[in-house]
Amino acid sequence: MQTKSANEGELIRRIVAGERELFHELIRPYERMVYLTVFSIVKNETDAEDGAQEAVINAYRHLASFRAEAKFSTWLTTIAINEGRKRLRRAKGAAEDSIEEQMEEKEGDYTPAPLTDWREIPLEALERKELREALRKAIAELPDIYRQVFTLRDLEELNIEETAQALGVNPGIVKVRLHRARIMLQKKLVPFLKTVAPARRGFFGRAL
Amino acid sequence: MKLECKHVWEYISEYIDGRVDPQVKEDIERHLEHCEICSAILDSTRNILILTADDRTFELPVGFSERLHERLKKEIEGSETELKKK
Repeated sequence: MQTKSANEGELIRRIVAGERELFHELIRPYERMVYLTVFSIVKNETDAEDGAQEAVINAYRHLASFRAEAKFSTWLTTIAINEGRKRLRRAKGAAEDSIEEQMEEKEGDYTPAPLTDWREIPLEALERKELREALRKAIAELPDIYRQVFTLRDLEELNIEETAQALGVNPGIVKVRLHRARIMLQKKLVPFLKTVAPARRGFFGRAL
Repeated sequence: MKLECKHVWEYISEYIDGRVDPQVKEDIERHLEHCEICSAILDSTRNILILTADDRTFELPVGFSERLHERLKKEIEGSETELKKK
């Protein structure tokens, strides 16, 4: 990791100094991350692609303002989030702007769903296309605040602090949202898994 | 301390991330040894995360990278011309 960030720092220095075409190389490892970040906000492929391009161009134009003590991936994610939000505002109109940073629902059932057969589902089941589709759909259906935290943390694998920084919320909020997002997904996918592998009925009658 | 299932559920996310105190971790693990339901919930949640991080779950649009670098190339060329003008 250290080598990577050292190389990255050197690349950035050279780009800012004038070797601009090196930006292609700098951005390549992050293309996917930028796209998925924008996608988690705008939720459609065309807008996500346009937004990702725009975010990358913005990062290029403002690279000189990037400070070495920050992490490039977090800085870039913040740009991608801003681009996604800008597009969402434009699409929804200013009226709905205020709901963008929704608060946690105070009430809500964030308990996981019981299943006893998961471990008996062979690993090959995870290779199934239907399961991937079900997962994509379940993620898309998460409320925005949960989907964004989940995307940054579990899809792009940023840590709690980086996720908090990129979204401009505190780490405590990230933890709560992440926990709820994961539980909501677990719950949503359980019925699907039951159809993949029929359950042993006896266990499900058990009271929790 | 003996944990109940619902207490274990509250810690699932942090347990997966390895962010619980050593004592809580031990309590959870002792509970998991005999609780099939919590073990399955934990495994299923973990598997969902593995599947989420798998590159095949979310694929980039075909040609995304090519189009991105094409656009970037134009931007870079444009900014270089601008610099020379100055």
